[in-house]
Amino acid sequence: MLGILGRKIGMTTMFEESGNAVPCTVIEAGPCVITQIKTKEKDGYSAVQFGFGTKKEKHTAKPQRGVYKKLKISPARYIKEIKDFPVNDLKVGDVVKVDIFTVGEKVKVTGTSKGKGFQGGVKRHNFSGGVRTHGQSDRERAPGSIGASSYPSRVFKGQRMAGRMGTDQVTLRNLKVVKILPDSNLILIKGAIPGANTGFVEIYKN
Amino acid sequence: MDKIKLVTAAQIRNDIPAFHPGDTISVSVKVVEGDKERIQQFKGIVMGIRGRGISKTFRVRKISNGVGVERIFPMSSPKIAKVEILKEGSVRRAKLYYLRKLTGKAATKIKEKKKKHVSQLISNVVVENAPEVKAENEVVAESKS
Repeated sequence: MLGILGRKIGMTTMFEESGNAVPCTVIEAGPCVITQIKTKEKDGYSAVQFGFGTKKEKHTAKPQRGVYKKLKISPARYIKEIKDFPVNDLKVGDVVKVDIFTVGEKVKVTGTSKGKGFQGGVKRHNFSGGVRTHGQSDRERAPGSIGASSYPSRVFKGQRMAGRMGTDQVTLRNLKVVKILPDSNLILIKGAIPGANTGFVEIYKN
Repeated sequence: MDKIKLVTAAQIRNDIPAFHPGDTISVSVKVVEGDKERIQQFKGIVMGIRGRGISKTFRVRKISNGVGVERIFPMSSPKIAKVEILKEGSVRRAKLYYLRKLTGKAATKIKEKKKKHVSQLISNVVVENAPEVKAENEVVAESKS
């Protein structure tokens, strides 16, 4: 699958020629350096490992430092494999840029959603909560029954309750590419994408 | 933010003249009917300006056949052909929402912006060039006021 790694910059508006305002997310995608190419014969599956962004050498584990030294690049902030990437003539050390996409094409974007902290059932699982009137107290956002009585005498595993919400991997499909700026490594995608600004995202061809 | 500016810079319009809340303006809007395009005027009082960059918008209110009509235009919209300032108004608010409650003549009337007094303008010029003439001009300004 054709894809690239990127970082969410933020959202803005773009105008179509007809005057329609299109909400867009700006993503800084690439340049991604190929750090390893995995083949079916050698590794059991085919994939290309990319590095994106930079970090300081002191924050890089010693075994990895050697990899970057060999490639003569600064240590990558993010490393991610993309399965079944069309390798063609690409070699380790080559750079993949945002121009692999075209304007108007549909893509899918994977990111990590914003953390919401410890949330109740109403927000986390869309529970309805209790009635607000009819003499009720303390029931407005309560989860209701969480199981039967003496049989089974326990709460089933997976019962939806309050808990940590957010920071999940979220993938959105069929997002339209609005604009590409290859010189500044920017890609504009219609609509919102998961995660906070500066968050790490992966963009794939649909 | 700088990277977003980089993206939007090409679409931000600088050709629209600067106007302020209280001004009476005429907005020429491109209207597409079928496959024909024509220009429609929207004439009214600027109620407020909000946002910045490409998402900056302004709100115009007019009384059409006795009914108040408000329209919000994106400042950088390609549908705006032209903006003309007809009258400059003097107001003490940034957002003129109080116009909605006004009826009759008050709803369309806004005090016109005072032109700077001639003697003030002259004294300003004089201060820069020749300080000794300033005293004389100040006397004139005082006697007039």
